[in-house]
Amino acid sequence: MKLVTAIIKPFVLDDVKASLERLGVLGMTVSEVQGFGRQKGHTEVYRGAEYAVDFVPKLRVEVLIDDLTADKVVDAVVEAARTGKIGDGKVWVVPVETVVRVRTGERGNDAL
Amino acid sequence: MNTGDTAWVLASAALVMLMTPGLAFFYGGMVRSKSVLNMLMLNFIALAVVTVLWMLYGYSEAFGNDAFSGLFGNFDNAGLAGTVGQLTGPKDHQIPVLAFVMFQLMFAVITPALISGAIADRTKFWSWVIFLGVWVTIVYFPVAHWVFAFDSADGSVLGGWLANKVKALDFAGGTAVHINAGAAGLALALLLGRRKGWPKEPMRPHNVPFVLLGASLLWFGWYGFNAGSALGASDLAAVAFTTTTVATAAAVLGWLITEQVRDGKPTTLGAASGAVAGLVAITPACAFVNPLGAAAIGLIAGVVCALAVGLKFRLGFDDSLDVVGVHLVGGIIGTLLIGFFGTTSVNSAGADGLFYGGGFTQLGRQAIGAFSVLAYSFVITFAIGWVIKKTIGFRVEAEAEVTGIDESEHAETAYEFGGISGGGRSAGKALGVGTVLEGSKS
Repeated sequence: MKLVTAIIKPFVLDDVKASLERLGVLGMTVSEVQGFGRQKGHTEVYRGAEYAVDFVPKLRVEVLIDDLTADKVVDAVVEAARTGKIGDGKVWVVPVETVVRVRTGERGNDAL
Repeated sequence: MNTGDTAWVLASAALVMLMTPGLAFFYGGMVRSKSVLNMLMLNFIALAVVTVLWMLYGYSEAFGNDAFSGLFGNFDNAGLAGTVGQLTGPKDHQIPVLAFVMFQLMFAVITPALISGAIADRTKFWSWVIFLGVWVTIVYFPVAHWVFAFDSADGSVLGGWLANKVKALDFAGGTAVHINAGAAGLALALLLGRRKGWPKEPMRPHNVPFVLLGASLLWFGWYGFNAGSALGASDLAAVAFTTTTVATAAAVLGWLITEQVRDGKPTTLGAASGAVAGLVAITPACAFVNPLGAAAIGLIAGVVCALAVGLKFRLGFDDSLDVVGVHLVGGIIGTLLIGFFGTTSVNSAGADGLFYGGGFTQLGRQAIGAFSVLAYSFVITFAIGWVIKKTIGFRVEAEAEVTGIDESEHAETAYEFGGISGGGRSAGKALGVGTVLEGSKS
């Protein structure tokens, strides 16, 4: 099993969600996060005083998926989230040792 | 008694009353979310403290018959004695003395409230309350006497030295209110020192819509402040109403154009600040200049104040919400410009300035008015603040300042953001009335 984590621009969430649903992904976790990459933050000006806002609002999408589908999920997210401009985000995949469904106690792929 | 004039003065008093809560929101939006309640309270409490003192002796100290060389009034009207049922004003335009008492009270309330913006985010509440009481007693009440108390026509009641001896013109409070509060703000900002982290850490306004709402309430209330200072529903009130509007509009444009040129964007905070700068600058001049003069004063104030708010970074004092840059600078601009744009064509009680053939005479008088109030206010405020700082302390502990002054001074927070809670299951529990949280007593 794999955990696919994607940092994306907030406004592409609906596209990402739709393309993951088309792939048959049954669940995901979304959280609001802040951070910066190569694009850095932005500046705001109050009464002439400039403030550097280092962290930009982003969304973190996490999907647990079986090993075979993981690459497709990554491709789907990347395609849906790409605007071609700086700040589009990142996607990474890490192996997962085990997964348990809380309601039934099922383990492994059955719990996905 | 003239009922039309009385109605306008009473309505104006109510309008000016609204300025203090308006100011609270103007300032409150500019501070960080952890100190907005303290900011609102520093303003709102002025309504309570100053009103009681005004009734007890403040009115008498400011507008009682002169006690000593035009410096302050005597205390014959303490407790508002001798005011009920009495009339004041010129023949055919008499209003109840109590209408005048209430109108002037609102000026005495908002002036010290203006100072609070210079010491946002770090002021002990009760120390501020004590400062308020002492400051109005030995700074505002006397200065109001200097500027606003006129000799009566028959000479039986004598007023203050700036109004009657120097003959400096100040229609609605450029010196007594704005220069006075601005100089006091500078003194306290220097005395209390910078906020932790200023100017390195960003201290962004937490609610810019509040700022614009507050500025709009101030603009609305300012019609009472300026047009109401005619003390009657008169031609002069309409002149003041017009010049106030024109100058404010021009100042908004002046500030925004300055921002566009300097920073590349016109900001909401700039529009709100420009409006207030224009209102401040036209205040002393509103019944002494024509509409064109008002536009010039507004435009100059908008541009100069937009540039002046940057001074604190150069000079290194943390006048948190720019009381100096807006009120002191704006007040000086308006007071001095009467010496240029003043014209007796709008008001025979006024004076002709430099541009209307009056020479430098009035400009000199205006300068005496502006700088005597500035110097007096700065020195005395510094002294009052110093005593408070050395005795009960004026500033909260560093830890309270960082975690949030709302919580440390008032045991409240302005906004409940929800945070982590499961429908009340783990969101904490009510402690009941009178329960003291452990560690909250220090």
